[in-house]
Amino acid sequence: MNTSNDYKEQQKPAWCPGCGNFAILSTLKKALLDMNMEPHQFAIVSGIGQGAKLPHYLPCNFFNGLHGRSLPVATGLKLVNHDLAVVVVAGDGDCYGEGGNHLVHAMRRNVNLTLFVHNNEVYALTKGQASPTTMTGKLTKTQPFGNPSEPLNPLALAIALDCSFVARAFSGASGLPFLQEIMKEAINHKGFALVDILQNCVTYNKKGTFHWYKEHVYRLEEDYDPGNRVEAFRRSLEWGEKIPTGIFYRNDRQTCEQRLPPIQETPLVNQAVFSLEAGQEVNNFY
Amino acid sequence: MEYTIRVGGEAGQGLVSIGSVLSKMLSRSGFHVFAHQDYMSRIRGGHNFYQIRFANFPVTASREKIDVLLALDMETVDIHRQDLNTGGVIIYDAAALGSQLSGQEFFDVPFARITEEKSADRIMVSSVAVGVVLGLFDLDIGLFAKIMESTMEKKGEEVIAKNIAVAQAGMDFVEKNYADSNAHKVVRPMTNGQMLINGNQAIGLGALLSGCKFYTAYPMSPSTSIMEYLAHNAPKYGLIVEQAEDEIAAINMALGASYGGVRAMTATSGGGFALMTEGLSLAGITETPIVIAEVQRPGPATGLPTRTEQGDLFFVLHGGHGEFARVVLAPGTPEEAFYLTNKAFHLADKYQIPVIIQSDQYLADSEWTFPGFDTEDLHNEDFRLRHQALQEMSSYKRYASTDTGVSPMAIPGASRHLVAVDSDEHDEDGHIIEDAATRIAMVEKRFHKKMPLIRQEIAPPAYIGHQQAVAVLVGYGSTSGVLQEVCSHLAEKYRIGMLHFNEVWPFPLLEKFDYLALLKQAALTICIENNATGQFANLMRMETGFEFTVRINKYDGRPFLVDTLLGEINEYLQRL
Ligand SMILES: Cc1ncc(C[n+]2csc(CCOP(=O)(O)OP(=O)(O)O)c2C)c(N)n1
Repeated sequence: MNTSNDYKEQQKPAWCPGCGNFAILSTLKKALLDMNMEPHQFAIVSGIGQGAKLPHYLPCNFFNGLHGRSLPVATGLKLVNHDLAVVVVAGDGDCYGEGGNHLVHAMRRNVNLTLFVHNNEVYALTKGQASPTTMTGKLTKTQPFGNPSEPLNPLALAIALDCSFVARAFSGASGLPFLQEIMKEAINHKGFALVDILQNCVTYNKKGTFHWYKEHVYRLEEDYDPGNRVEAFRRSLEWGEKIPTGIFYRNDRQTCEQRLPPIQETPLVNQAVFSLEAGQEVNNFY
Repeated sequence: MEYTIRVGGEAGQGLVSIGSVLSKMLSRSGFHVFAHQDYMSRIRGGHNFYQIRFANFPVTASREKIDVLLALDMETVDIHRQDLNTGGVIIYDAAALGSQLSGQEFFDVPFARITEEKSADRIMVSSVAVGVVLGLFDLDIGLFAKIMESTMEKKGEEVIAKNIAVAQAGMDFVEKNYADSNAHKVVRPMTNGQMLINGNQAIGLGALLSGCKFYTAYPMSPSTSIMEYLAHNAPKYGLIVEQAEDEIAAINMALGASYGGVRAMTATSGGGFALMTEGLSLAGITETPIVIAEVQRPGPATGLPTRTEQGDLFFVLHGGHGEFARVVLAPGTPEEAFYLTNKAFHLADKYQIPVIIQSDQYLADSEWTFPGFDTEDLHNEDFRLRHQALQEMSSYKRYASTDTGVSPMAIPGASRHLVAVDSDEHDEDGHIIEDAATRIAMVEKRFHKKMPLIRQEIAPPAYIGHQQAVAVLVGYGSTSGVLQEVCSHLAEKYRIGMLHFNEVWPFPLLEKFDYLALLKQAALTICIENNATGQFANLMRMETGFEFTVRINKYDGRPFLVDTLLGEINEYLQRL
């Protein structure tokens, strides 16, 4: 039996006081505890960014790799050991910018991974440049006359690509119990799950404060049906005055692991290290 | 006895199937075979050829002159006619080429008509062509029948029988119509059937037999046939082959799989390797084992996609930012590619480093015969910490400090011990640090402690030839075969030798074999490379201070051929 003590901080977080990352971290710990997940039973893969430092702050197996490249690493890891729960933690820059191509293909491939995007609408670690989700017109040091581009809509993108599980949550105090529920659902979901987590940035996103979000977010209705893709897409387009949160869409598409014959019984990593039969292969060249 | 057959035509005319069936038949007959391919980067049309040299002694390169030209189109006749040896024959179908060619070297075979007469499908003209070659050299049609039975199994008995019938008709046609049925006498060597394998297959086979369990790549000529080979064998040997969305994904996926606890590999050519370099550096700092095959083609950028060059040596030596230990192996033959792939996996796991196998289009697509590969010579050892040994540890740190710089590599999820890996500079636990002392300790661990040990593992170059040579030919990688042939020709007249490097980084130590002394005593030292700048010669100077007296560089995208290289070297020898 593990206790919250098992999830006590290992390292002192390198986050600004008041950062939404703290709430996401503590909520993730609670979700893992609720699920009775022991630290060695899962791995966190992350890239580079403030949010991506998260695995250093709870006991877990982790691979903290390159900026933008967490999804391929997680894919390789999960395919060789599908008994291990694999969670990916990324920033909006990390995942929607630098690693955008991998995101599209992770959804298509449908490996059973859970992706939490700490979406603070800014490149925080590199000190405040526009990210793919930054609002048009926002002034930054590298967009001194205002961000000329329109923000990406990650949920609409994911639903269009038939991503297996698509959700949005809010990391302000009022949203945390719901975030915790969504995190558990996402980890339990069999298939690729994207959870876009709205997060403040106390230093570089003065508009997107917890207070602002709190005024604008609401939950999808009790009777909302996440099995309806067209409706999910329609709802994913809502943004601005009213921002829906919750599980927008889910399907039970076959996972990549289910399609690979060598791992139908035993995870690859638990199979014989060297196969003796392979030696016969030489005979095929005569 | 030796003969060279060249099959030329447009892409899509079946010349690759003709060529590969011929090579296979000849190797199964016990001949020594060397076959290479020259093709354009297109699906249909263009000009391509497949050249097969066979002999009753070992052959390791292609000749310039040919004995049989099988011309599937007019362009083939125009381009290659001049290369015909006296007494050689050009086989063509006058009806298909639209003109009757005069000259005693021409032999008109109505491929299409023969196929029609046997009411066989048009694509079976390839089998008629094979039959004609069987007839010319008086070979056994039973060999062809066997190949059809195994490769056409899925197409059914009728298709197999038809193919054999049209090949027989081709043979009969030669017997009836070819002027001198004894023109092409063959002398079979005293061996049984030989193994026939190309460079890319040898890398794939080496990976399979080294316990590679995860292969991922993005298609790029000329590396793709490694993926084809492994994908084909994946279900049989419990291997996952995943086609990545790009090369960045490929190397990162392979690293994820390796972190997960299995042997992982990727392959690409120069352009893809360029995209992989950040991941290579990630393998360096995270100390995650990985094997990367870099199968070169001429650059820069897209370059000549289907041709050959040794232009990426410095790139694989230096690609990736920062300083970290790596190994670069450069096989010269498919046999070396097989054993060096095994060595690559061994060193990658033993030292937790990236190991690069550098090859090129020439080696990738060249087929060689060998008596066989001995799987007893493979070195397979599991270096990962798993099962009980891991569970029984009282504590575990992924980057624990050791005398060798190599820390125990545990499998995440296999015990209560957590495995933490970071691309930031980190401490023994894998957590981010920025202090100078830890940084220094980690650089020493990853580089200064490991590198001397790795260097001890590197085999010295191979030397063949006179012990007091006046002239030494030097090369690395795929030029080994042509150097061997040139050297053995010249050995009749000169005190000559060849020095071939197939493990190029870390550069081989002199303790095991003082190759420098050997070079210094020679009046003529020629470094022969398939590139414009002499990268290997530059590396030699960097590492040893030695300067070759001559450099021969070829950068037309084509491999060295025996006769041309021989001519060029002879000129230098005569000036001695
Ligand atoms: C290849 C590469 N390019 C750029 C960077 C610099 N970089 C590090 S994090 C980052 C963006 C961080 O933004 P985000 O992913 O949204 O995370 P946040 O810090 O906001 O949590 C950038 C541009 C890098 N580390 N690697």
